[in-house]
Amino acid sequence: MADSQKHTLRTVLKYIRKYMPQIGVSILLAGITVAMTLYIPVLIGRAIDFIIGEGLVNFWGVIPILYMVGIITALTALLQWIMGIINNRVAYNIVRDIRNDAFRKIEALPLKFIDSHSYGEIISRVIADVDQFSDGLLMGFTQLFTGVVTILGTLFFMFSINAGIAVSVVVLTPLSLLAARFIASKTYSMFKKQSEVRGEQTAFIDEIVGNQKVVKAFSYENRAIEKFDDINNRLEKYSLRAIFFSSITNPSTRFINSLVYACVALLGAFSVISGKITVGGLSCFLSYANQYTKPFNEISGVVTELQNALACAARIFELINEPSEAPDAPAALAEAQGKINIQNVYFSYTPEKKLIENFNFEAFPGQKIAIVGPTGCGKTTLINLLMRFYDVNSGAICIDGTDIREVTRKSLRQNFGMVLQETYLIDGTVMENIAIGKPDATLEEITAAAKAAHAHSFIKRLPNGYDTHISESDSGLSQGEKQLLCISRIMLCLPPMLILDEATSSIDTRTEMKIQDAFKTLMKGRTSFIVAHRLSTIRDADVILVMRDGNVIEQGSHSELLSKKGFYYELYNSQFAD
Amino acid sequence: MKKLLKYLRDYKKETVLGPLFKLLEASFELFIPLVVASIIDNGIPAGDKAHVLKMCAVLAALALIGLASSLTAQYFAAKASVGFSCKIRHALFAHIQSLSHTELDEIGTSTLITRMTGDINQVQTGVNLTLRLLLRSPFVVFGAMIMAFTVDFQSALIFAAAIPLLAAVVFFIMLVCIPLYKRVQNHLDKVLGITRENLAGSRVIRAFCKEIEETEKFNEENNVLCETQKFVGRISALMNPLTFAIINFAIIALIFTGAVRVNAGNLTQGSVVALYNYMSQILVELIKLANLIINITKSIACGNRIQAVLEIAPSVNDGKGEAPLTRDIAVEFRGVSLKYKNSAENSLTDISFTAKHGETIGVIGGTGSGKTSLISLIPRFYDASCGEVLVDGVNVKNYSQDVLRKKIAVVPQKAVLFKGTIRDNMRWGNENASDDRITEAITLAQGSDIIAKKEAGLDSQIEQGGKNLSGGQRQRLTIARALVKKAEILILDDSSSALDFATDAALRRSIKNLNPPPCVFIVSQRASSIMHADKIIVLDDGIVCGIGTHDSLLKDCEIYREIYSSQFKSEVE
Repeated sequence: MADSQKHTLRTVLKYIRKYMPQIGVSILLAGITVAMTLYIPVLIGRAIDFIIGEGLVNFWGVIPILYMVGIITALTALLQWIMGIINNRVAYNIVRDIRNDAFRKIEALPLKFIDSHSYGEIISRVIADVDQFSDGLLMGFTQLFTGVVTILGTLFFMFSINAGIAVSVVVLTPLSLLAARFIASKTYSMFKKQSEVRGEQTAFIDEIVGNQKVVKAFSYENRAIEKFDDINNRLEKYSLRAIFFSSITNPSTRFINSLVYACVALLGAFSVISGKITVGGLSCFLSYANQYTKPFNEISGVVTELQNALACAARIFELINEPSEAPDAPAALAEAQGKINIQNVYFSYTPEKKLIENFNFEAFPGQKIAIVGPTGCGKTTLINLLMRFYDVNSGAICIDGTDIREVTRKSLRQNFGMVLQETYLIDGTVMENIAIGKPDATLEEITAAAKAAHAHSFIKRLPNGYDTHISESDSGLSQGEKQLLCISRIMLCLPPMLILDEATSSIDTRTEMKIQDAFKTLMKGRTSFIVAHRLSTIRDADVILVMRDGNVIEQGSHSELLSKKGFYYELYNSQFAD
Repeated sequence: MKKLLKYLRDYKKETVLGPLFKLLEASFELFIPLVVASIIDNGIPAGDKAHVLKMCAVLAALALIGLASSLTAQYFAAKASVGFSCKIRHALFAHIQSLSHTELDEIGTSTLITRMTGDINQVQTGVNLTLRLLLRSPFVVFGAMIMAFTVDFQSALIFAAAIPLLAAVVFFIMLVCIPLYKRVQNHLDKVLGITRENLAGSRVIRAFCKEIEETEKFNEENNVLCETQKFVGRISALMNPLTFAIINFAIIALIFTGAVRVNAGNLTQGSVVALYNYMSQILVELIKLANLIINITKSIACGNRIQAVLEIAPSVNDGKGEAPLTRDIAVEFRGVSLKYKNSAENSLTDISFTAKHGETIGVIGGTGSGKTSLISLIPRFYDASCGEVLVDGVNVKNYSQDVLRKKIAVVPQKAVLFKGTIRDNMRWGNENASDDRITEAITLAQGSDIIAKKEAGLDSQIEQGGKNLSGGQRQRLTIARALVKKAEILILDDSSSALDFATDAALRRSIKNLNPPPCVFIVSQRASSIMHADKIIVLDDGIVCGIGTHDSLLKDCEIYREIYSSQFKSEVE
């Protein structure tokens, strides 16, 4: 076993340890139920031996045995049920524990991790992988254990009846295992091919159906169908092979088992004739010959299942063991004055691609700082650093003279009000969404904030007003309306510093004008950073930072920058050009 | 689900032969206990080794025939189910291609993708299992009972009692569990939802320091899920012990009756063993049957969902294919209103205007004022609920959709490119476009630097969704893609939002110089993008509140003035 697998296994054990007593009980019950299940054919065999022929039935022999079988059956059934419940409980509790840990990790991960992984991938770890892991663990574990006990028990009973026949069964049964292994190795490549083509098809469907409107606009439908059919026909070919070859495993092992059965019948019958065993013993052997091979087949399945479970576990633990954000310093940042110093800051998302280099800037309390520049120039990066979503590589950002790495993130972020380009609504009522930064706000405060953000009028028109339930995926709100809600949040908290990233990009210009007025009041006395495409909205900024390729290339007030006739001048004039 | 079965029609032979061979295999299996009984009753007491040997050879022969017929059955089942699902996949994909925007809006993309992938796969599994097992399992169960009757009538009555009891237990547990599993799925969806929310909204959640509350919310929901799972688990865990108990009690009854009947001379010892074996066979098959039924229920549910999509008729259908009438006016709206399905109010109300060939029409208005709705009517993505939309003097409803859309090139708001080379993407507009034509279009769209930067030029690979390009690059390439089409009407739906003002202006200049000049619709929120248009349509809440040139609108249209002044403050003040 590879080292990484061992490591995963150790982590799995950590989660299991808590449930050790229950697992112990479960193992004990499994042992008992398997032994009793195996004992029943022996008893039945003995009973059959008392039923020899006309007038030769020994009822005093048969009846006590049957009572015994009845008691054992009832007991086994009960214990089986209890065992099932315990196993369920352990498996589901472990899943719950792992999911809780995974989620806690998500809340503590550096944004770098979240930004660089697709949500779907992380979600599939938390949901699908955990599920598969528990299924594999539960099924694999119980089947493996009961399988082994069954095999050992069967061997014991068989050898206790007749060693010769038992040996022949032991020698012959691995044949079915070999057959299964052989077929599995042959089908693996076909399954791989199938899943490759299936993946290709899913990607194609995702692309075409996901952009069906573009497809229609370009009358691409027939060409799309042609391409689809090509993939579909290939899939049909590979699927047929994969499915057929995988489905011959069962008949083949069944065939070998039947042969073993015939051998047992032959040897058994000869033994009965020569008086070595009884007819009941033969019947018992035949019933074992059926049972004995089953756990072997299951175990060979279990091995793949456990391996799959381990692979899933490895993916989950990779997430859980991902380093969290650097721990918070204990001190809290008090209500800030709003003086911000950016000193010799270097930052890049990846070492290969340099971004911000030796950036120096000082903002005084109450200043309005605008950041402009073409897409991808690093405007959002600056916000990531200010909010400490990312830490600088070197240099420092100080607020009121305190390095932001020396205070808790919570206290830092509470000092900033942020409205981002991409809006985000939580699953809850409109009121809850506005009050996200101030959960104890009164309805009056919330309404006042909404009015200030010009959101009140559309909220009133919603089916249940402020109590309307909304969520990110299913809100029925337009992008502009969502943005107004996000602005209302800030209007409610009134933090001492503001970050507005394209805050009004989806709002029509008339509403924007009104919001700008509200912002003006809001920004009074607050240090504010504004990122904007529309240069008209930031002309009255105290300082305009013009960024390009991660660097601030120009810096100054609107009129200063215009007279410089540099990049800003070009940008500004291009909006009037034709 | 029923209507989907027509896709099985081409596999009639397979669907009949598959189960038939499976039944053959099962019936051979049913003979085994009888052969064993013969060994015990005839071979052993007489010490007839030749008879035992013969019977064991019969057992081996039965196994071989069983294998052969089972393999045949598996092949037919695989062929029929795979072929069936591929045919459905084709039909569904083709059907989706025929749907119009109204249906696409209503069903939703993610639903369609699930139907195409997961649902069809489940149907395939369901058909495969059905062909293999649906007949087999009941056949073995009832076959075992019938065989028992041939062995001994009185003992067989125990089978007649045990089987319904077993069936009742199995189906009762399933009946209780299936809705519970749905509930588990719902809770799982919620857990998934919270996880997604916290990933997509990580910045907002952290900015507002909501980590602890969110974790608590997750733990709570996760706990509910866990409890529900355990509850279902407790019930479904009853299945094995109960069936085990029933079978064993039946065996006890069987042995006892057997003892009485053998003592009375009505039955042999071998027959008792045979009956005992039949009883054991039943249990295995019944469990298989229960699993099969769960699988089939799922498949039928998936099949029904697929059928529901197939039954949705496209609302936009081809017209008779009238020839264009005028050559002067490219687009005309006559009293057009549009109300989207499932929406209470009109999105557009009573719109009328004309646009000539070579003219540039600007469309401006606030968020949700109906700009995109308006231009969606020209290529007939939606049908007007009222009034007429004419292209070249003919109602768009009278064109065949292909002819109509050949006349129109659209640059959508969202810049989407597809996996493939840049050339492949450019040829969306025209299958046979030459490299020269493509390069020309890219240059017009101000995108020549994109190609120049790439070593492979037009052969450069674009990843799915154009992920390896920046927003601005994508947008310019989607514009180029539309220009390759050289259509009579060009629609730019807010498609320069990711371009800086200088590029935007250069783009507009080059479009203006196209030869022959198309009729261009520019939708924008920026006054600067449309102020030089020949005609500007100002929309407010779905109503035209002004049509005219920049100068006339500045004079007469209050809303236009407001929009303009909000963007060019000093000029107005």
